Order: sequence, then structure tokens, then C-alpha cells
Amino acid sequence: MDTIYALASARGKAGVAVVRISGPQAMCSLLPVVGSFGPPRVAALRALKDGDAILDHALVICFEQDRSFTGETVVELHLHGSQAIVQAVLALLGGLSGFRLAEAGEFTRRALENGRLDLAQVEGLADLIESETEMQRRQAMRIFSGELGKRSEIWRQKLLRAAALTEAVLDFADEEVPTDVRPEVLALVGDVLDDLRAEQDGYAVAERIRDGFEVAILGAPNAGKSTLLNRLAGRQAAITSEYAGTTRDVIEVRMDLRGLPVTILDTAGLRETDDPVEAIGVARAIERANTADLRVFLLGGEGDSLPVHPLVDDIVVQGKADTIMADGLSVSGRTGQGVDVLVDRIASVLEQRAASSATITRSRHRQVVDQSVEALESAREVLLNGHEGDEIVADALRLAIGFMDDLVGRIGVEDLLGEIFASFCIGK
Amino acid sequence: MKHYDVIVVGGGHAGTEAADAAARLGVRVALVTMRADRIGVMSCNPAIGGLGKGHLVREIDALDGLMARAGDRAGIQYRLLNRRKGPAVQGPRIQADRELYRTAIQEFLRNRVGLDILEAEVSGFILSGEAIEGVILHDGSRLAAGAVVLTAGTFLNGVMHVGPRQEQGGRVGDSASNSLADMLREIATGRGRLKTGTPPRLDGRTINWDVVERQHGDDCPVMLSFLNRLPLVPQISCGITHTNAATHEIVRENLDKSAMYGGFIEGVGPRYCPSIEDKIVRFADKDSHQVFLEPEGLNDTTVYPNGISTSLPADIQERYVRSIRGLEQVEILQPGYAIEYDYFDPCGLTRTLAVRSMKGLFFAGQINGTTGYEEAAAQGLLAGLNAARHARGAEGVVLQRTDSYIGVMIDDLVTRGVTEPYRMFTSRAEYRLSLRVDNADQRLTPLGIALGCVGPDRTLSFNKKLEDLNAARNSLDSGKFSPNELAAVGINANRDGVRRSALDVLTFPDVTLAQIAALVPAVEDIAPEIIEQLQKETLYSAYQDRQQAQLEAVRRDENWTIPVDFDFSAVVGLSNELRQKLNRSRPETLAQASRIEGMTPAGLALIHLRLKAASVAPPRVAMR
Repeated sequence: MDTIYALASARGKAGVAVVRISGPQAMCSLLPVVGSFGPPRVAALRALKDGDAILDHALVICFEQDRSFTGETVVELHLHGSQAIVQAVLALLGGLSGFRLAEAGEFTRRALENGRLDLAQVEGLADLIESETEMQRRQAMRIFSGELGKRSEIWRQKLLRAAALTEAVLDFADEEVPTDVRPEVLALVGDVLDDLRAEQDGYAVAERIRDGFEVAILGAPNAGKSTLLNRLAGRQAAITSEYAGTTRDVIEVRMDLRGLPVTILDTAGLRETDDPVEAIGVARAIERANTADLRVFLLGGEGDSLPVHPLVDDIVVQGKADTIMADGLSVSGRTGQGVDVLVDRIASVLEQRAASSATITRSRHRQVVDQSVEALESAREVLLNGHEGDEIVADALRLAIGFMDDLVGRIGVEDLLGEIFASFCIGK
Repeated sequence: MKHYDVIVVGGGHAGTEAADAAARLGVRVALVTMRADRIGVMSCNPAIGGLGKGHLVREIDALDGLMARAGDRAGIQYRLLNRRKGPAVQGPRIQADRELYRTAIQEFLRNRVGLDILEAEVSGFILSGEAIEGVILHDGSRLAAGAVVLTAGTFLNGVMHVGPRQEQGGRVGDSASNSLADMLREIATGRGRLKTGTPPRLDGRTINWDVVERQHGDDCPVMLSFLNRLPLVPQISCGITHTNAATHEIVRENLDKSAMYGGFIEGVGPRYCPSIEDKIVRFADKDSHQVFLEPEGLNDTTVYPNGISTSLPADIQERYVRSIRGLEQVEILQPGYAIEYDYFDPCGLTRTLAVRSMKGLFFAGQINGTTGYEEAAAQGLLAGLNAARHARGAEGVVLQRTDSYIGVMIDDLVTRGVTEPYRMFTSRAEYRLSLRVDNADQRLTPLGIALGCVGPDRTLSFNKKLEDLNAARNSLDSGKFSPNELAAVGINANRDGVRRSALDVLTFPDVTLAQIAALVPAVEDIAPEIIEQLQKETLYSAYQDRQQAQLEAVRRDENWTIPVDFDFSAVVGLSNELRQKLNRSRPETLAQASRIEGMTPAGLALIHLRLKAASVAPPRVAMR
């Protein structure tokens, strides 16, 4: 049995944030973090330590097995309500062996499975559930009254139209219905697929928010890349680590850039070279830069050309601004000139991307989108392969529409338990 | 007082199946009908089967019911609809000779041991508290019964409309049963009105067949019944003609005289089977509609013009019909009419078609808000089986959405109710790829054998087929071949290194039996229809896999039974609207509850919690 944990209080800034941990490992694995536990069900002030670093001074309450909400061993950490602290504690918990983030409603589910709720309590909970689900509904409404809501309704409409066309041909073969509906069905499926794929790209960004964006600094040798990196790092107090990259010649510095987690990559200078060792370094630099989320091209002396083609949003900036005059953005790692502006530019690009991901951060949405894409792919494959298989297309469309219903919170018959417990707020 | 185990009231498609099914289970059955000579009459169009409906017919046949076998005795034209589409959406359909069909049904019933046919009008029920104990006939005599199946068709408060003229009756030439209707109102809840319509019947000798298109039957006809191979009677063709601007103008000018549009009818009609008035009003931009000219029999000159049902006055009917090509000189034998009748909200039934408020009473057919012979017959069959089991004190039989179209239909009816006459479509079945006409026997005959409603002939032929299928499946699945080995016999497979069996490649495009025989020589000994069946099975196997998880989830939830006395009103936190809906249809399982319209995850959670709390006695923690 995994030990599960989750933020039990509302997200965002608050005076206190409560993290709840439930499962067999809850107390023993946390012992090194809290130092010692107080008596059961009595609050104790403890310093939470990650190694030597103190994360927060928190109120710690433990509940023994069979005497807790879930029936399992439970620990509650009442933290100061800072997002940074909460994130740090959650990250620490996630690193403990046998620990994982609770799924929606999992605490309640465990309580139910462990017989911790009897009929009277269930009824007592009913009001709570109702208010929770009402809150969720409102939250869903809020999310879905936004861009994704409008779009998913459009997808649903398009898929319904595609399904109706297909079903009409199947169920009313003897009636006067159009016979070749495939071009329209194909176009509708294609439209929705394109959109869904864009959403899939969107949650790749969401992952970045969790794991950090990568920004590569590129330029000719001696363009001032390392000085710039040092300046960036020096200006920021939030450097979390500094180490040689997995490739010897890419230096990574993790930092908090205007609230976004960013890893800056300092790459080998790019130039044509006959030296085989240097050539390998250059190739790696280019490869790494290409997979980064954003590239900053630092121009050195006059006539520097760009060794890699900049992509949309990439930033081209004149380096050594203290010695070279140039139009447009120029920076100097040595004097710090223009660095603020550069940081703004980087942050604004990344923030924009972060914003585009906000609508489908929930893994449920992601799963739904992935499954829809899979179903629609199979429909498209059949549509493109000759004239047979309308019933298979219809089947795939029915699946996809079912997924869309899930997305906007309509009830599906797929997995009732999942549905039920998705109605409970996480950590309750 | 004479005693029967089961009394079936009504001799239509629901009543005949119910009576025969109950008798097949070995109980004493009486079928009570106003006119014994009209048993098995097809009141509407002379056709059986089609899409969705053909599935029902095959399922009735799989349980050894009458409709498919009687249909084959009367089939004067066979067409497999969607022949060029996949097997999951193909439906067999016949034009039926009315006389032959009626004769066949009556013969089947006459030969059924344990079944009496009584000619009488049922005017009331013998009740004892909340249980039914028999029926009262018009002359005051009484019949006792352990269970009663009511299949009143359109006879409950039936009113026929021809233009503004109205007449009481359940069908042309038959009177309505109004005293029964009054009594039912005391017993059952949720009475509503529905309507249906018929076209004028034409004299085929006055049709100019030379100027209408002909529609022939299939070259390789597919029978309705699993027991038949070839048509039993001579085959005919139908005609196709079209309405035109002049037709539409005549109808439009006289809309106010139509019973429907003149405001004489309160009942709701089906969207799927619109009257000519409906078509012209609702699809005003269409200047022509198809009309199928369907002969009603080999020795009958009557022609049924399918597509122009109406409730306009007789003289207007003649004018618009004669505006149609080929029908310029046509004589109308009997004007079309609309009929309104009572139905009762099927949410008041359990999934065995038992009336919840009256023990031992079962409803089947149009009284439950359905339309169509096949829908009625399928319900009759299930109600008959359940009535017989009830009379014996055995548990009810429930068919699931996951195993049959009958299960889909009954679940739809009792869970959601109806807002218009309910007709079966293949799109109503979410597991359509598995619920095919070709495997109806594999899905249901074993159940029928277990219940005892399948006779020895069918049991024998079904077991033989199953043996052949299994043997063929094993022999085709025995060896695996690499892409190269397949290529050597001319079969193109992906060069993915996957070894495939002959069964796997059976549905590859353009694969011939000769190529398969080169891989597995034994294939030449397998009957072609067995190979064909294996092809149909394997065609969808890849797609069925992805439904598996879904199917299992549904089955799991079907296992969460909601007790009969479960008090939905006492579930704290349910909205009033949901409580009303739950109390109306009283779902028997959690899965059924989830299909109620407007059901929310929160609502389901609450019900589930209560079920769970009631079933698991929680270990109480001692409070110190």
C-alpha cells in the first residue's frame, strides 16, 4: 500500500497550509524530517528539515492507525501558507520511497474501504460532499467557461455532427440520407484532432512549469556567455544548484526567474572547427540548444553570424554592451547593463507559455485528451482506408464523445469509482 | 373458476410471443383475445426486420421465439440492409405476405402444448391487495392466474382519426378496450397518449407498374431465422415512386383538415416515421419524398404505399395519392388513418417488465410506449418468460445492454421512459460491434437452453454450429506464420516480425480461401458459413478490446444491486429533481442509476456510499 500525500487546504496564498499524509510509511518515513513526533492527536511545533536545510517551522500532528480519518497512520503538517514552502515540502515527500501524490478523493476512498464511515457519518458527509462537488462544479465551470470550455464544447459539437452523419448512413440505409458523408466526417475529425494535439503540446508546457524551463545561451566563443551566466546567477539569490552538465561541456544553472523555475544552459562556443574534440562539443551544444525551450543568441564581435536558426520567440541579443555599441537589445555580463531587460524578455516569453498550459494541468484532462486522440486517430485511419468500416468509425466517435463528456463533467458510465472519487476534493 | 399459470391478454406480436414463450417453459397458458381469427395480424406495414429491428428478430429467434420462423414462412422478398457495410450494422428485412404470416403464427400457437386460445374481451382484473390473481371477462366470468401479461397494443382508449372524423377502436374493424383502460388507471401510473399513423391501402391492379422503379430482393437472400436456409415461398419485387410538387401543394392546402395538424390529436407521434403532413411541414425545402409500393401478399392485390401515412380526410387522400407518378388511376381500398392510444410510463416497470406496483402483472408492447412489431415481440417474449417464472416462484430473467438489443431496449424504457414512440436503432446499442445479427444465437441461445425455452431441434443445430466453430477456430489458430511465410502464399502482412495465425489474416483485404488453404490445408473441410462466421468475429476483435475496460466497469456496477426497498428520498444531499427521477424509475443497479438522465457524479457517490455503508458493517472504533 502506497503512502499518499496531498495539500489538504486550498491552493494559493493563505495563512496556513495543511499537508496530509496517510499510509503505512507516514510516521517512520517522516521521522528524519520532523526529528520527533509529539503524542498522538496533539499538535507539536517542529522544524521540518530536508537534510540540513530547514524548510519551515510547522505544527505537526500524528494520528495512529484506526484512530484517524482514513483508518491508516496519518500525519498532518500545518505549514506557513507560502507556495514556495508548500512546493518544497511536497517535493520532499515525493522523493520519499513508497510515497505518491494522492488521487482525487483517495483519502475518502481509503476511509470508506477501511470502514471508517458508517451510515450516519456518510449522511453527515453528504452535505460536505454536496458542497465540495458544488465547489468543483463551479471550479469546473470557471475553467470551462474559459478557452478550453468553449473549445471542448466546439469539439463535442463537431464530433456529434460527425457521429450523426455516420450513424445516419448506418441506421437509415433505406431512407433518403446523403450517401457519401465521409469527406465531411474526415474534415470534422481532422479539425478536432488538430486542436487536441495542440492541447497535448500544452500540457508539455505544464510539465515544464513543474520541472523547469530550459533556456540555452548560444554564441561564438568569447561572446560573453559565461560572464552573462554568472551575472544572471549572481543577480539571483535563488540558485538551487550548480554543476557540470551530463555532457561535460554544457553548464547548467537552476534558478528561480521571476517565479518560474528555469535552468540556464551555458554551451560551448559555436564555430567552425577542425579540432575533433571541439567539434563534438559544438555538436552537443547545438543539439542541446535545439531541445531547450528558449534560446538566447548572444552576438559577440562584429559580423557574428548565427550558427543555428532562431525559432519563434528566441531572443537575439548583442553581448559586451560595455564595449560594443549596437541597435536593439544589448547586454553586458560584466557591467550588468541590459540584463534586467533580458530577464524581462525571457520571463515574458516563458510566462506566456506557462499561461497557455494552465487549462489542462489536471491529469484527468490530460488522460481524456490522450484517449480522445487515440480514438480519433483510429477513426481517421479507417476513414482514409477505403470505404468500409463506418461502424468502426462510429464506435470510435462514440468513445471520443464519451471522453468529451468526461472533460466537461457530464457523467459517463466508464468507471464509476473513479467518477465518484473524482467528485471528492483532493485531500479531504 | 378455471386456473392458468399465465394469462396473456392480447393476440398481437407481443401477446403471441408472450404466450408461446410461457408455454415453452411448460406452464399452463391462456391467450385471451377479442378475435381469435385476428391473431398474428400485421396491422401496419407488411414488412419485418431492418436495422436494429432485424437484430431484435434474430434475438427472438435465438430464444426460439416465433417471429423469425413465421416471417420466413411469409417472406416474399428478402433484403439484407447495409449489405455492403460491416456485419455489425447489417439487418435482415423481409416483405411479408400478411396472410401467410398470420397463418404461420396461428399454426404455431395451435400446435403449442399447454396453450389455450380464448376468444373474449378482458374487462378487468382480479386483485388481492398488491397482487394480481386473474382476469375478469366481459360476460362476468373469471379466470384465475399466477401471472398476467397485458399486451393491449393500440386498444387502450384507442381513437382512430380520418381527417376531422373520429372513431373509437383499436384498429380498423376492431373495437377499443375502454373498461380495461379505466381499471389500469387505478393500478399503473404515468398514463400518456401516443399516436401512430397508417397510409391508405391501394388496389395494386390500378397502379401503373410500368412507370415506377422496381426494387428486387437480394440474389443471395439471408433468412430471418437461424433454422432456415432458403426462402420458402415465391419471391416478388416492390415498386418505388416519389411525391412531387403537386402532391405537396395538395397536402399543404389541406393541413387544417388533418387530424394531427387540425389539433384533434393530443398524442405524440414518432419522429422516425413521420406522416406525409409532417414531412411536408418539417422538410419544406424538399420537393420530393420516396414512396415504396409494397405488395401485401402473393394472392392479395392490396399494396401498402410506405412513406405516406396520413390522417387527412379520405377525399384529400385520394387527390394527393393520384398526383403521384404511377398512381394516377389508383383506387384506395381503405383510407389511411392516425390512431391514438394510452400507454403507461415504462419507468414503472422492472427490467423483467413486471409492473412494480402490482405483483404478477407484466406489460409488453405498445402499452410501454414502443412502436413496431419487432419491439413488441421482443418484449412479449421476455414478459412471457418472466410471467411463467413468476407463476412458478422462480427468479426473474434480465437481459443486459452488454448482451443484447432486447437488453438495450428494456433498459432504455425502464430507466429513461419515453417521450415519443420508441423504435430500435443500431445506434442505441453502445456495444454494437459485439451485438450482431450473426451471433445472436451465440449470445442468447445458451441462456434459452438453460431457461428451458429452446426446443430440441434448435438446441441440436446450435450445438453443432458451436462445435464446428470451435473446431474451425482451433484449426485456423494452430500455426503461426512469419510475414515471409505469408508472402510466400501471396498474403501481404506488415513486415513487423510478428507471427500471425490463419485466423489473424482471415479478415485481411483480398485474402482468398485458396491462400488460407496453402497455410492450413484443413480449411478446405470447413463449411463456408463457418468461415464466414469466423471472419465476422475476427473483423472487430481489435476494436472490441478497447471496449473491454468499459464493459467490465459496467458489469461491475451491474453487480451493485439497489435493494427494492431502498429509500431514495432518504439519501441526504440528492437534489429534488434527481430524487423524483430515481423514485420514478427505481433503478435496480448502480449502473442503471448512472444512466438516468441528469444523474451527477455527486448523486451517484451518495447512492454508492449508502449502498456501501449498508453492505459493509463498519468496525466501530471504541471512543475513550
